[in-house]
Amino acid sequence: MRVAEHLNRSLHALMENDPSVHLLGEDVSDPYGGAFKITKGLSDRFGPRVMSTPLSEGGIVGVGAGLALAGDRAIVEIMFGDFATLAFDQLVNFAAKSTTMYGRRVDVPLIVRLPTGGRRGYGPTHSQSLQKHFIGVPGLSVYEMSPFHDAGRLFGEIFASGTPAVFFEDKVLYTKPMLSGGDGLHTFEVRDGWAVIRAERDTEDVLLAPGGLTDRAVAALRDLLLEDEIACTLLVPARLHPLDVTPVADVLAAAKRVHVAEDGTAGGTWGAEVARLLHERLWGRLTAPITHISAPDSIIPTAAHLEARCTVQPADIRRAINK
Amino acid sequence: MIGAVRERTLTPVSEADLSRMLRIRHFEKALLRLFEQGRLNGTTHTCLGQEHVPVAVSALLRPEDHVFSNHRGHGHFLARYDEPHALLAEITGREGALCNGVGGSQHIYHERFLSTGVQGESLPVAVGVALRHKRTGDGIACAYVGDGTWGEGSVYEALNMAQLWGAPLLVVVEHNRIAQSTPTGAQLAGSIAGRCAGFGVRHERVESPDVNVVRGALAPLVDYVRREKRPAVFEASVHRAGPHSKGDDTRTAAELAEAAAGDWYAHYTRDFPAQVAALEEIERAFIDAAVENVLARPLSEWS
Repeated sequence: MRVAEHLNRSLHALMENDPSVHLLGEDVSDPYGGAFKITKGLSDRFGPRVMSTPLSEGGIVGVGAGLALAGDRAIVEIMFGDFATLAFDQLVNFAAKSTTMYGRRVDVPLIVRLPTGGRRGYGPTHSQSLQKHFIGVPGLSVYEMSPFHDAGRLFGEIFASGTPAVFFEDKVLYTKPMLSGGDGLHTFEVRDGWAVIRAERDTEDVLLAPGGLTDRAVAALRDLLLEDEIACTLLVPARLHPLDVTPVADVLAAAKRVHVAEDGTAGGTWGAEVARLLHERLWGRLTAPITHISAPDSIIPTAAHLEARCTVQPADIRRAINK
Repeated sequence: MIGAVRERTLTPVSEADLSRMLRIRHFEKALLRLFEQGRLNGTTHTCLGQEHVPVAVSALLRPEDHVFSNHRGHGHFLARYDEPHALLAEITGREGALCNGVGGSQHIYHERFLSTGVQGESLPVAVGVALRHKRTGDGIACAYVGDGTWGEGSVYEALNMAQLWGAPLLVVVEHNRIAQSTPTGAQLAGSIAGRCAGFGVRHERVESPDVNVVRGALAPLVDYVRREKRPAVFEASVHRAGPHSKGDDTRTAAELAEAAAGDWYAHYTRDFPAQVAALEEIERAFIDAAVENVLARPLSEWS
């Protein structure tokens, strides 16, 4: 099953099992079913609990927060993650802050889904990976879809936490299959919010990457193993922030070299925050500083040959690890 | 001519309304006094001159209704919940504070009252809450904003959605003619009525400082919002009798005199001097005692 279909089925199940769940977004209703078809069939089935909205990203995130505050649970789809900037105030100053700024815990069960990333030729305002702008906001969780994680379980976990979350979904990942078991070379194991992809136990090289990079990271791992004879373990967290590495502490404990890859542009990134956290934890055991792989400090061009230069490719990951 | 008697322009006021207006007035004056004495942390925005609006509004609300307030929200709170000790404790970071001193003057969440410090931010949230009310009963969401708030895009996104989706949202605009230091004429093109008309949203404006007149004009609108489950905008023309926050008033003497003359307090002391004097003594003493009580408390705890 492709990731897009898995997400769609997860939303169907979520709305069926929990009548308090409402979904809002631009063009999410049938027959259109959302720009990436993730919400297909939901409005036919759940009627007014699914609302196609005006082009008002800030407004609809605010409405979602209002529903959440009043006792419902809300999922807001922002058609392109790039437009999350239009909802930054509602996310940072309202939804996230409201969980603590009133002096007591206030639950805001709100998920803002953000189709994200390049490699589809949509150009500079429809291709970005803005995760880094949401890292370190008190009261806001940052999740990213991966082909290993059950989206329904993640949605349930977010709602149960009462902490609002941005949920990034790589737009190319939509077209890829969900993964389990292994690929003949690596085994895929899921534990406590992490996926562990490896050919053997206790590898000296460990790569951390969000779910959207899976196809490129796994391709790099294969080349490293088959061409360079380097066994590297890939760790994919579902929740990017706050990042809890304890479930994969054993994998990290064996590492001599750690690498962090991400789709965001260089400078002030999620990966830098991960490196800070891991340097504290692994200092003295590593034989080299943590390697960081990201898109360059650049806008993302439209033309395919230019876009490829400005997005992370398997070869970039392989080269950085092989250095 | 000596001894000319001016005719009353106000309708007779109930003791409950006048007391509450005076209670809010003395609460705000006490805050400014505490600031002058260096006994308050941060900033505050008093609602001097605007107290009668929330007193008029609150009597029309039901316990299940939600109120969204803004940076100038002490009157909104005290008109709905007669808990000046808890509000003062919040503003001064003392035990018994509404939000343990975390939110302070402009971030309060208490029962069905919520305020935020970002202009216009609460309106889309209020639409969401109103949609839930629409689904579950006869409650409404009431959001207070100022005239300056109409510069924010979120206001229009919210009005559009509220009208499209039939959200029972009452927007109360306290049009005090000035946004911090900028006269409304320099920051708002057209009119609030015209902007509402653009969305097909019902709008009423009232000019009077009379709490009964304000309430009388608002009552049919609240009924409309509650029964028809539609949004409406109620614009009350008021005068900001005090500074934006504290000691930051740059208006001319003539402008300040005009604001003072338009203050409901001036009208009520002129029309009902004995009633005002009697109740004012009580409210001043009550607030003085509240200040003494709250400031003697230990500091608030936040875990």
